[in-house]
This record gives sequence, C-alpha cells and structure tokens, in this order.
Amino acid sequence: MAKKASKPKVAFFDFASCEGCQIELTNFGDAAFLELLNHVDIVEFREAMSEKTTEPIDVAFIEGSFTREADRARLESIRKRAAIVVSYGQCASGAGINALKNHQDDYKSFVYGADAEQPHLDSQKALPVSAAIKVDYAALGCPVNKYEVLQIIAHLLHGKEPVIPNYPVCVECKRRETVCRWDEDDHCLGMVARAGCSAPCPAYGVPCEACRGMIDKPNVAALEKVLVERAGFSQKRAAEKAFMFTAIDLEAVS
Amino acid sequence: MTSKTRIKVDHLTRVEGHGNIVVNINDGVVEKCEWQVPEAPRFFESMVRGRHYSEVARITSRICGICSIGHTLASVKASEDALGIKVSEQSWKLRELIKHAENFDSHILHINVLVAPDLLGAPSVFPLVATHADVVARALRLKRLAHEWGSLIGGRTTHPMSIVPGGMAAVPSTKELKELREKIIAAVPDIEAAVATVAALAPAVPAFDRPTEYIALSNDKDYGLYDGDIQSLLPDGTKSRYPVADYKSVTNEFVVPQSTAKYTKNKMDSYAAGALARFNNNYDRLHPKAKEVAELLGIQPICTNPYMNTVAQCVEAASDVYESLAILDELIAAGTELEPLVEPKKFGSGAGATEVPRGILFHEYAYDLEGMCLGGNCIIPTNQNHNNIQHDFDKLVPELIEQGKDEKEMELALEMLVRSYDPCISCSTHYLDVKFVR
Repeated sequence: MAKKASKPKVAFFDFASCEGCQIELTNFGDAAFLELLNHVDIVEFREAMSEKTTEPIDVAFIEGSFTREADRARLESIRKRAAIVVSYGQCASGAGINALKNHQDDYKSFVYGADAEQPHLDSQKALPVSAAIKVDYAALGCPVNKYEVLQIIAHLLHGKEPVIPNYPVCVECKRRETVCRWDEDDHCLGMVARAGCSAPCPAYGVPCEACRGMIDKPNVAALEKVLVERAGFSQKRAAEKAFMFTAIDLEAVS
Repeated sequence: MTSKTRIKVDHLTRVEGHGNIVVNINDGVVEKCEWQVPEAPRFFESMVRGRHYSEVARITSRICGICSIGHTLASVKASEDALGIKVSEQSWKLRELIKHAENFDSHILHINVLVAPDLLGAPSVFPLVATHADVVARALRLKRLAHEWGSLIGGRTTHPMSIVPGGMAAVPSTKELKELREKIIAAVPDIEAAVATVAALAPAVPAFDRPTEYIALSNDKDYGLYDGDIQSLLPDGTKSRYPVADYKSVTNEFVVPQSTAKYTKNKMDSYAAGALARFNNNYDRLHPKAKEVAELLGIQPICTNPYMNTVAQCVEAASDVYESLAILDELIAAGTELEPLVEPKKFGSGAGATEVPRGILFHEYAYDLEGMCLGGNCIIPTNQNHNNIQHDFDKLVPELIEQGKDEKEMELALEMLVRSYDPCISCSTHYLDVKFVR
C-alpha cells in the first residue's frame, strides 16, 4: 500500500475455526498492540467489536475453513470489498484441523446420530478459503505465530511481499538448540514440516505435527519409512500420521 | 396502538463464535423469541477416531481458541482415566496453575474488552483507547501477564503443548516459577484497580432474576476449578453430587432446530454453568481475599441474576491470583524437575471434566489395545448454557415489554444478557446473532 493520508483499514472475519488466531492478537500486551493501532484502523472484528462496515477495506484477514456452500456468498462479498485478502491461520490457509474429517464419510451420523440429516447441520469437506475466493497472502500455523503476523502487516504497510519460509522446522530446532525428538525416543514431522513458527513444540517436549503444512515437495515416502522403522508405527498409523494439519497437502482438493 | 417489533441480530458481536437473536412481538404479544446458533459444525468427536492417545488432546484443543487450555486438560484427564494413569503431585499442581492462568486470562478479556464497552456506552474497546486509555492499557497489561503465566507452563496459551497424557512434557524451573510469582505480585495493584472499575460499573448491571439450576465441579478441598465431582445446586439450596463418569445423566443432550449446538437439561427446564454457577456452588471454599472482593462488588450466593456472571468472573479473577500464589509457594518450596511420563496401565474408556472460564467441560474417549482412539464425546459449557439463555429470554422479553422498553433498548438488553454468559460458540457447535421483529 502506498502512503495514504489516512491509516489503512484492516478487518477480521471468521468462518469454521476456533478463533484462537484472533485471540493471539490480544496476547501482545499493551506496547505492541497499541503501537499497531497507530498504523492501522481496525474497522471490523466481530469477536471484539460491534462496529460493522460495508466500506472498502485495505486488508481483510479471514480465519477459518470454507465448509458450507452457504458461506460462499459471504466470502465473495469480503473479496469484493478488500484490496488484499490474507488467509489467517491454518484453517483458512490449508483447511487445518477441520480437514481431518475429509478422510471420513460418516462424521455427521457419528456426531448427530439420527438428527444428522437435518439441513442446518450441513457441512461439506473442509476446504481452504482459496477454494472459494482468490487469496493474496497466507499467515500459516495453528495458531498463527503472532510475531510473523506483525511482520506480514509491516511488509504490507511498506508495500512489500511477505516471505514465508520454505525450509523445514528442523532448521529452527537447530537454531534454538532444541534436542531432537528422535533422540528422545519420540517421533516428529519437523523434517517435512514448513518452518516459520520458531519450532516451539519440540522445545516443550512434544513432536512437531506440521501445523503450518509441509514444505514444497516433501518426501512423504521417506517420512513413512522412518515412522515405521524408527518410531515403530504400524504402516497405517505412519500413513495417517500427518493428517492432523496437512490433509489438504496430501489429498488433491476436489 | 398497533406495534410490531422485529429484532434480528445476525452474528452477535463481542462473543466468540456465531449466534443470532430473533424476537417478533405483535401488539405486545411475543410471537417468536429465539436464541439461534448457526455456527458451522466441525465434528471433533468423529475426527479423533484412529488417532493415537498422545495426539487426541492436541486435536480437541482446537475446539476453542479461548479455552484451549481447558480443552487440553479435560481431554488429557479423560484419556488418563481411560488408560489408568494417575499423574504426579507436581504435574497436578502445574495443571492447576495453568487452569488459573486460563481462567484469569479469559475473564480479564471478557470483563474489559467484551463487556466494559456496554457499561461505558461504547460499541467496542477501540473507542475506549481514546476515552479510557488507562483502563485499556491496564487490561492489556493483565492480558499479557496471563499470557506469560500460561505460556511458562504450557509453552503457549492458545493450544498449549506440554500438557500430555501421563504428566507434563516440559516443566518450568524453580527460578522461572519465582519470576512468575514476582510478576503476579507486581500486578496486584492493577488487579485491585480492575476490581475497583468493575465495582464502579456494577450499578449499571441490569436487574433481572430467574432462579435456575446451577451446575459446577465441586470438591471438599478447594474452589474446584481443576477437579471435583459434578454438583447440582437448586434455587432452594439443595445440592447433589454425581461422579464425572455419570456426566451424561446430568447433561441429557438433545437437538433443537434453531441450533447447530445441542441443548442440555437436568433437574429443571434448563441449567446454568460458568462463573456464577461455580460461585453459587463453591462460595464456601472461595479464597478469603476473593470473598472480600465479592463483598466489595455486592455479590453473594445464591445469586440468580444471570447478568451478574461478569461480576462473578471478577471475583474469580482475584481468586485465581491468590490461589496461584499459594500453589507457586508450594512448587517453589518443593523444587521442580522433569519427570518421566506415567505409562498407560490399561486401554479402555474414560471421562474427564474440568471447569473452563464458561463452565463445566466434559470429554470422554474410548481406546483400542493399540492406544488408538475409537471415538470421543465432548460437552462444552456454552452448549449447556444455550437452553438456559433461551429460558432467560422467555422470561426477560415480556418483562422488557412491561417496562415499555423500545426496540433498541430491548436489543441491547438481550445482547448484554447473552454476552454476560461469555458464550464461546465455536466451541459449542456443537453459537451468536440478535434478530428482532416487532
């Protein structure tokens, strides 16, 4: 965005999600958050404000997956009003955790039983927002890395392209000197998972689950092999291990 | 005078998730008065199938961004019940400490960012940055404290990492716990100032009473935030307790057409969960310092005004601070160390419950002999409140008509009522909009 007399208008919207990525915005504390408000006007943010607008907006952040045809019109109207659309968090960027159900065909009856076919309980495959509208940039992760979000906003304010890493999480573990999960008799997806999160999970004693999706061209065959041979997984568990956040990467979206 | 009032609020704001309010009044007669929940359903109970027990809490944490700590704890507790795991005292105390962090975090957010604008006559917190800069900066400082508090134990507050079946995958050092203790003590003046702000706003809380059943975890030792049996409190003071394993006999879920979230009921037509339900059930075991805050704010059990839930949250925020300082003292005195995770003793089914900011939360899972999940059931507090909100609407709308309120006033009164429950709708879709038609 070129310099303007008024501050850029930013809005947040949400679809099928936990809204945790919006909550991350409240975790900066007073200094960073109030400074952010010196640079942008937040004009719509249903979770935190009653004000709504129909005016054009400069940057729309959309959280959540596209799971109902009924949501398409709302997405299209956001796209029409927004100069830039950023998919905000993994649910919006890659369908995220919601796509776990894409591997099942009986999820409705499992949860709602005999009531499953009532029309208001309709839900289709979980898809990224980009399946319905053009998305310009993505803030990845479950939840987003809030410092990366500030960086994306700063880049957009300066008219620059935000850069998303295309190297694996292992790089970030080495950088922060975290002992490898594989050396702790655990397993991990870090070697195929897209970095940019600063690898917090292994540092807190749990494996990377690839919540930002995978790097380009991940060697999935090698991943499965090592999960079977070193972690002792069954072939089925190894094949399905990465489904938690990367169902969309592994299955063609259709 | 023929008057038609139509109130229709689509996607109520300043709540987590999506809910609608629809009220049609024709010549003073209420034709329709509905609390509707159109949130997109997400099917978590089905999605955990085929996942290893070590991954299940990581999935169900994603039910809710605000109460992800509570979902993680309830999930891990249910899995541990299914796997015959009893965790160490250190793990138990660290989990209690992060439970308080979440409760404090969520209540500070709700009181300051979501409710205060109504009481100060503003549409959101953002105009308050100019008019009430001190209140906003203080709220953000307290939010930051809560975030650091929870992150020290869980790794982060949105989808914490270290709480796993068998114990804690990472443990803060004694030095870090001492630093946290200093930070919390340093924040006490901010907390006292926040209580004073709520005390000044308390007269603006609408007067409305509807006695209902109150359900919360309860035990004989403490306020019951992390653990206890299920306790029902009736308006006449009758209390009954149920083991967590029998939760379905209390929740009795059913599907209604205006909601993607299921409804619940127990002994009365509906029941309430949340800070007010906990306060009413467990007042006797509230920290003495928090009892002083309750007295200052003018709330005492059994309080039957649902709008007072926000005030009860303020009492709890104080309680979280004082109880946590006591837990920190114990942990610091004992010293902390990383312990090996407790291994499963069996593979079966089990249930777990904890109190999240919005009320009692149940998770239940079954596992096969490989430790893979066969299915789950999660009953979220906001779900348990939907039916109670509907019954509040049914009593409140005729009272508002009687008081001669206009459409705008009615709409605000209903929105404020729903907001006072601090509903967390993404969670409950298994929820917020107001539609009025007069």
